[in-house]
Amino acid sequence: MLFDDPVFGSRVLTIITLSFHVIYATIGVGVPLMIMIAHWVGIKKNDEHYILLAKRWARGFVVTVAVGVVTGTAMGLQLSLLWPNFMELAGNVIALPLFLEVFAFFFEAIFLGIYAYTWDRFEDRRKHFLLLIPVVLGAGASAVFITVVNSFMNSPQGFDIVNGQLVNLNPIAAMFTPAMPTKVSHVLATAYMTVAFLLASIAAFKLLKGSNHVYHKKSLYLTMKMGLIFSIAAALIGDLSGKYLAEYQPEKLAAAEWHFETEEGAPLLMYGILDGEGEVKYEIKIPYALSILASGSPTSEVIGLDQFPEEETPPLVIHYFFDVMVTIGMFMVVLSLVYWTGIKRKWPFVRSNWYRWLIVLGGPLSVIAIEAGWWMTEVGRQPWILNGIMTIEAAATSSDYVGLMVILFGGLYLILGIGTIVVLNRMFRKNPVELELEQQEAIKGGETA
Amino acid sequence: MSLEILGISVLWTFLFGYVILGSIDFGAGFFNAYSIITGKHHLITKIIQRYLSPVWEVTNVFFVFFFVGMVGFFPKTAFYYGSVLLVPASIALLLMIIRGSYYAFETYGSKGHKGYALMYGIAGLLIPASLSVVLAISEGGFISIIDGNPILDYRALFTSPLTWSIVVLSIVAVLYIAAVFLSWYANKAGDTAATNLMRKYALCWAFPLIIAAAGIIYELSSHNPGQFERILDLWWIFGLSFLLWIGTVWLVWKKKNYGLAVGLLIGQFALAFFAYGISLYPYLLYPYLTIYEGFTNEAMAISLVVVFILGLILLVPSIYLLLKLFLFDKDYVRGNRKNVKSNEKRGLS
Ligand code: HDD
Ligand code: HEM
Ligand code: HEM
Repeated sequence: MLFDDPVFGSRVLTIITLSFHVIYATIGVGVPLMIMIAHWVGIKKNDEHYILLAKRWARGFVVTVAVGVVTGTAMGLQLSLLWPNFMELAGNVIALPLFLEVFAFFFEAIFLGIYAYTWDRFEDRRKHFLLLIPVVLGAGASAVFITVVNSFMNSPQGFDIVNGQLVNLNPIAAMFTPAMPTKVSHVLATAYMTVAFLLASIAAFKLLKGSNHVYHKKSLYLTMKMGLIFSIAAALIGDLSGKYLAEYQPEKLAAAEWHFETEEGAPLLMYGILDGEGEVKYEIKIPYALSILASGSPTSEVIGLDQFPEEETPPLVIHYFFDVMVTIGMFMVVLSLVYWTGIKRKWPFVRSNWYRWLIVLGGPLSVIAIEAGWWMTEVGRQPWILNGIMTIEAAATSSDYVGLMVILFGGLYLILGIGTIVVLNRMFRKNPVELELEQQEAIKGGETA
Repeated sequence: MSLEILGISVLWTFLFGYVILGSIDFGAGFFNAYSIITGKHHLITKIIQRYLSPVWEVTNVFFVFFFVGMVGFFPKTAFYYGSVLLVPASIALLLMIIRGSYYAFETYGSKGHKGYALMYGIAGLLIPASLSVVLAISEGGFISIIDGNPILDYRALFTSPLTWSIVVLSIVAVLYIAAVFLSWYANKAGDTAATNLMRKYALCWAFPLIIAAAGIIYELSSHNPGQFERILDLWWIFGLSFLLWIGTVWLVWKKKNYGLAVGLLIGQFALAFFAYGISLYPYLLYPYLTIYEGFTNEAMAISLVVVFILGLILLVPSIYLLLKLFLFDKDYVRGNRKNVKSNEKRGLS
């Protein structure tokens, strides 16, 4: 199948590359903001711990950026290699944000290079801090622009097709599609949330492994607080994304919810399985919740899959992706809220080992939620590559070698993924916080003496 | 100037930027690997690392700019080139991924694994080789349209002397450009041993470069006579480029003014690169696609140009800052930047 169907091969390769890139991309969007916050707190409180936090995060960050850059380059080129017919059309309508994305990234890369290599070049630390602003803005803008492209694929506009010809092209209208506001803000919020929880996992892990240094405690508290803010934002915007779907892509929402018949006051199904006859089993039913998600009112009508021809029904597997994303989202809100309250109120259990293990788990879980979210969005658009306009069959390459490429790229990503972990691990183990803090003290002490 | 010409000029300029920056990057990696084999490692590694660390991502962006801009300005290229380039472009991509990530793993993570350095060096020569195949394809004669789909004839491509002369030129050019640039950089760093070594490499590759370039023009005379004619019409640009080449070689030979030598080198390649581009005009893919048939709609073209200008206003000062800090800062180039100085001041204040 992989070797004799280029369409299937192209899908598989796109899924692998994007799923891999999005991990690094998410880190690339979120880490600069966290570095900036830590650096800022450090300057404000004149606390070397926070400065060191920013420094160490930035050091790890250059490694993940490098992998983000190469996988992003792969993604960009593969879009043309695997989906030439789509890109020919897209180039006419949606090339502008793609072009803007490169500028944004360029801007980020330049200042990241400068920031990372100039820790000791500025007498006034605030000047060095200022270098972070373009990094944060550039990273955020990268995510915004690429998500704008993806929004266009979900709710295309800004052109008309008359007799097979593209007319009335409007690149600006193509950027501001109905899907854009919720998608862009959800992607940003979830990236910040995920990175906050990833960094929190590291701090919690260090504390579990016996280091009782106050550095890790400060780090954990800061990142959990950020995680709390952004996970609440993610859930709120996620709710708005549901309302967007109900209005513009009801078939995706219906497939995600196994909502087969159009009805008023629709319940929300969580979990469960589909048996052979299309009956749902073992599910949890939350009355009226789907109507609320779709439009805010418990009695409103939600369109079901009965309204769509079979060949335009998205795969029902996206139900699981949706459940995974929402469950993790809710879990993380609760976990960080309890932690934050617990620290304020001095509840001892939030410092216990089992709670810290839950925090360690939170980082990887958030990454899984990101993956699940994208799979739901992209698989849920089936069979369309450009919703309602072009199918993936029509878009794909006809080359015979896609299967081979799937194997080559897949293997390489595996090696890269392992490589990143090994290198980061070695980098920080060789140079533990305690040692670095001592060195900092030594330099300072030497000067004032 | 029509929008079509403006678009292709912008893209060609970015490609040129990538050719120069990429050559320095790829060539430096190769010399690094080569020096490990020959035991001259200590002479040049530091110099090379100091240059490469802060700029390699910027180099990569030039490449991304080129192909993203290509699809933006000339969407039809996605259709014509997309399918047929799957194999060569994927190979280049795989090599770039390996190279970029292992570079990062090496420099930021663990230092000095020989095997990585060798792989890194070799990948650096294979990337320009596989990318330059695209230029050979654009000359025409290797693609046929069957059932409305473009099909690449691999046999014809890989048995054509034109393909191989382009591949050879790309490799030689990479080595030559990198050697001249690094002679200058090492000289600026005040490292005489490294300068002399790089200078020797530069002189070694100077003559093969001209022979390889002449070889391509000769091959074109039979492969694509129309273009050969246009190249002859532009003889004076190629002639000027040749004079600049003599200038560079002379300066490097005399160990004089390496900065000017790099300037002349860039001029030489710019002239030849643009003259070659003009000789291809108006084709993007001979004989199927011209810049006029492949062009995007007017609304998109204008918005791309506007964004491009705004982008430049933002980027040029930023790049200037980067160069000022890492390329033109004597202390940085010499490796004299130490934590001590600024820390001292901080401690006092
Ligand atoms: C940490 C990750 C994460 C978390 C906790 C959530 N999401 Fe999400 N979600 C994403 C990560 C994500 C994403 C990866 O960012 C997606 C994929 C495409 C997109 O626009 O954002 C997404 C898409 C997405 C969509 C589809 C939008 C579309 O197809 O156009 C909906 C309806 C929701 N989300 C709803 C929610 C709700 C109700 C959540 C409640 C907690 C939630 N998400 C938490
Ligand atoms: C330029 C924008 C994008 C393009 C052109 C694009 C294109 C595609 C195509 C053609 C597919 C295959 C369809 C299929 O097999 O279902 C796909 C699937 C997918 N895309 Fe997108 N996509 C874009 C943006 C994104 C973004 C930003 C992400 C997130 C990282 C993403 C994540 C995915 C995933 C996870 C799949 C697999 C879904 C599946 O199994 O079908 N896409 N995309
Ligand atoms: C179709 C999907 C995507 C494509 C085609 C794509 C393309 C690219 C390219 C070409 C690069 C390399 C930058 C360069 O050298 O110019 C890159 C890096 C990056 N991308 Fe993606 N990207 C996609 C999805 C995403 C998503 C979903 C996000 C964010 C949510 C994202 C955020 C980033 C960031 C932040 C970087 C910079 C590298 C880093 O900081 O780690 N990209 N992307």
